[in-house]
Amino acid sequence: MNLFDCKLSRNVFGKLTIMTQNQIPEEVVPVRAFPITAAGEGIALVDNQGHEVVWIDNLAELPATERILIEQELVSREFMPEIKCIDSVSSFATPSTWQVQTDRGETCFILKGEEDIRRLSPTTLLITDSCGIHFLIRDRSALDRHSNKLLDRFL
Amino acid sequence: MQSNTGDLPHTTFPDFPSRWQTQINSTLSEHEQIHAWLEIDLDNRLNFSSGLVVITAHRVLARMANDENWQEWLCREDMKLTCQDHAGVYSIELSDTHARLACWHCTLGRHQAVDQLISCFSRLIATHTVRPNTAAAESAGSKAPDDTSASMDNGERSSASDQEAITAPPSSWTLFRLWRFARPYRWQLFTGFMLMLGSTAAALVPPYLTMPLMDNVLIPYQNGHPIDVDQVTLYLSGLLAAAIVAWILGWARTYTLAKVSERIGADLRTTTYEHLLKLSQAYFGGKRTGDLMARIGAETDRINLFLSLNLLDFATDVLMITLTVVILVSIDPWLALVTLLPLPIIGWLIHLVRDRLRVGFEKTNRVWAEVNNVLADTLPGIRVVKAFAQEKREIERFRTVNRRNVEINDRVNKVWALFTPTVTLLTECGLLVVWIFGIWQVSQDHITVGVLTAFLAYISRFYLRLDSMSRIVSATQKAAAGTKRIFDILDHVSSVPEPVKPVYLPAMKGHIELHNVSFRYGTRWVIQNLDFTIESGEMIGLVGHSGSGKSTLINLICRFYDVTDGSILIDGVDVRTLPIAEYRKHIGLVLQEPFLFFGTIAENIAYGNPAASRKEIIAAARAAHAHEFILRLPYGYDSLVGERGQALSGGERQRISIARALLIDPRILILDEATSSVDTQTEQEIQSALDNLVSGRTTIAIAHRLSTLQEASRLVVLDHGRIVETGSHEELMARQGHYYQLYQSQSRSSNDENRSDTAEKTMDIRSNRV
Repeated sequence: MNLFDCKLSRNVFGKLTIMTQNQIPEEVVPVRAFPITAAGEGIALVDNQGHEVVWIDNLAELPATERILIEQELVSREFMPEIKCIDSVSSFATPSTWQVQTDRGETCFILKGEEDIRRLSPTTLLITDSCGIHFLIRDRSALDRHSNKLLDRFL
Repeated sequence: MQSNTGDLPHTTFPDFPSRWQTQINSTLSEHEQIHAWLEIDLDNRLNFSSGLVVITAHRVLARMANDENWQEWLCREDMKLTCQDHAGVYSIELSDTHARLACWHCTLGRHQAVDQLISCFSRLIATHTVRPNTAAAESAGSKAPDDTSASMDNGERSSASDQEAITAPPSSWTLFRLWRFARPYRWQLFTGFMLMLGSTAAALVPPYLTMPLMDNVLIPYQNGHPIDVDQVTLYLSGLLAAAIVAWILGWARTYTLAKVSERIGADLRTTTYEHLLKLSQAYFGGKRTGDLMARIGAETDRINLFLSLNLLDFATDVLMITLTVVILVSIDPWLALVTLLPLPIIGWLIHLVRDRLRVGFEKTNRVWAEVNNVLADTLPGIRVVKAFAQEKREIERFRTVNRRNVEINDRVNKVWALFTPTVTLLTECGLLVVWIFGIWQVSQDHITVGVLTAFLAYISRFYLRLDSMSRIVSATQKAAAGTKRIFDILDHVSSVPEPVKPVYLPAMKGHIELHNVSFRYGTRWVIQNLDFTIESGEMIGLVGHSGSGKSTLINLICRFYDVTDGSILIDGVDVRTLPIAEYRKHIGLVLQEPFLFFGTIAENIAYGNPAASRKEIIAAARAAHAHEFILRLPYGYDSLVGERGQALSGGERQRISIARALLIDPRILILDEATSSVDTQTEQEIQSALDNLVSGRTTIAIAHRLSTLQEASRLVVLDHGRIVETGSHEELMARQGHYYQLYQSQSRSSNDENRSDTAEKTMDIRSNRV
């Protein structure tokens, strides 16, 4: 199905809905196919059962209203704070509590073990905290010296 | 309750966040009590921020840190508080039948508070519905806090202690934790220590004897006195005796202590392995095999080496230095003071390098595990690597990791290489100081030449010791890092703990009940609120798309994992109260990929009961339809299988694993896609083997091919971790629901297969005719 053929809107329960061919509104959820490597490309709208309803090649190609609706929904669903700066770590031995600045504000989390830091590429790291939340370090070399020094102790 | 809270109207919870206390007090009316609260840590755009959601008897209050005022919603009976979690974030929604009223977000760490909030709210709404008038609600409301606060307290307390266990960093004195393993050998250790004391003392005699040799023999001779042969003989035989005693004691010491440390190392290794095998499946899911192998193999060996060599040397060194200091001071305190001056400098240097080295060695350990991981990833998957011709890429991956290994080792070696020469330099400098001070003292006639000679003899040993002591730094750091990694395993408490008060079931009937079972893996709910009973002796088929939670359900029933919520009862007893090993003895498991251990076929069949007689093994093999093909092998039941053993086909391996399950005569049988990896012909053979296995046992079968579940008395259709349908094949087909669709799509594809089969056959026939 092409998105241009169907109407996307938000219902009173705050869910995105789409008009199906038989004119029944169906709740859909936008999902990114490559959340880290290509966030803007490849977005699927899936229904409650997880079946794909619409595929969007590129978010930028959509008309503004649709794009804003989808972006809003993504913002309230996606949660992968990007670490901008590591302020301090409680100890170099794990488990250790990290105080960090992220693109979503300041927070702290507990790193259970060094193996929870995974290398996605030589410079991209994904850190899983004790409750399973993923923190992303998109580019290690872009971190400041202090952060890098702290991080280095765990790598 | 009311009278208790008379002076402090709103402090229902002692751990209510203090920064919200004043704000909430100004909002609440008199006698309005907080029933539940949740501190949220995310705003609506999922940025970190703080806020509070509070439930009182009639309203819901919420406020973010930067909001001006409290938002409030009066409770109505059509209201609903729900929560969803996605990617580590809870979304809590307040809605009524018409629309969503509010939505809050928080991270998964607060799940207990979220649960409390939601259950408290639904309880409140329920009381509203039953007794809509306010007075009644008030009285119910004033009663409610008692039990909410009690349950909240419990929940919070357990979460607080969990949190503590997670955050507490391990002590830096990790090595001392090895005492637990050394304790059984404390008497041998004591003997070893006494021997060490003796041998060290004996080794210190010769330099002492140089003093009288110099002063009483050589110097008088130089001044024209003849040599006193008796005296010389006495001194020299003293030297010889001391050397021989030191040699014997040194041998006894090293032998005793090395023996003990070898045993400590072996105990450590076995204990770690024992502990590791008792950990739950979840632990193995999160670790990589290469890393675990490195920990148990290499790390324990490193610790062992440290105990038997480095630590022993170090202890001798410390003893030697202490004794030397005592002797030096007793001979001449001033000269001793000057001699000992460089000691603090060397100590400081050691301390300086220690930190950098430890970091470096931890890094080398980690990168070493990474090298192992690459091997462990690639070698088992070698067929895939070769099939896709990706050898070059895998080699490149290995090379990259290896390059990192070299890089990190280079960095460590840079610091380490500087260390020893520096100590040697300081030694020379120290000797120089002693010479200068000594010559001056001799010239002033404060000391004799003999004393200076003795000092120099001691001092050269002394600094030599410091040099070798400097080696202990790296060895200790390595061993401490290794110990930490070992204790990481040992400290890991199994997420499937043994019951404190185990309940023994004398004879298991195999009646399984699932009560409101939920299971979360990481941040994802895999199973939600399953309620379900399996009668003893009944066969159940689990049906559903892959990812619908079938295998997880089986893992829960086997207790490879523990349920997040709810309970599983076997014969009316919670599985968590049964001793694990005993419980699993009643379970026969046949997996999709049968795993054969290295050993004979007979050993593999008797894996669950090594005491089984040959007769029993053959009976099990016969029932599993494995007997005949086993006899066809050159060594029959004694043929070696498993890694490096006889090659068996998938069907044959599967039948051996069925025989294995049959031999232990389990009450509960679990077939996890037992026939899906073989062709139709073999499937039929296995199926008839399975029929023998199933009869009279409680059976849970997962099968991708729905046709193989026809024996099942009931089919349970799972979707997204919930039961969507149950019933027999006919009932479900008649219902035309989920199962019907699954069945239809499968029969369509199998029809296609048949059609192509027949087409091929007709082709064959035609070609034959031609």
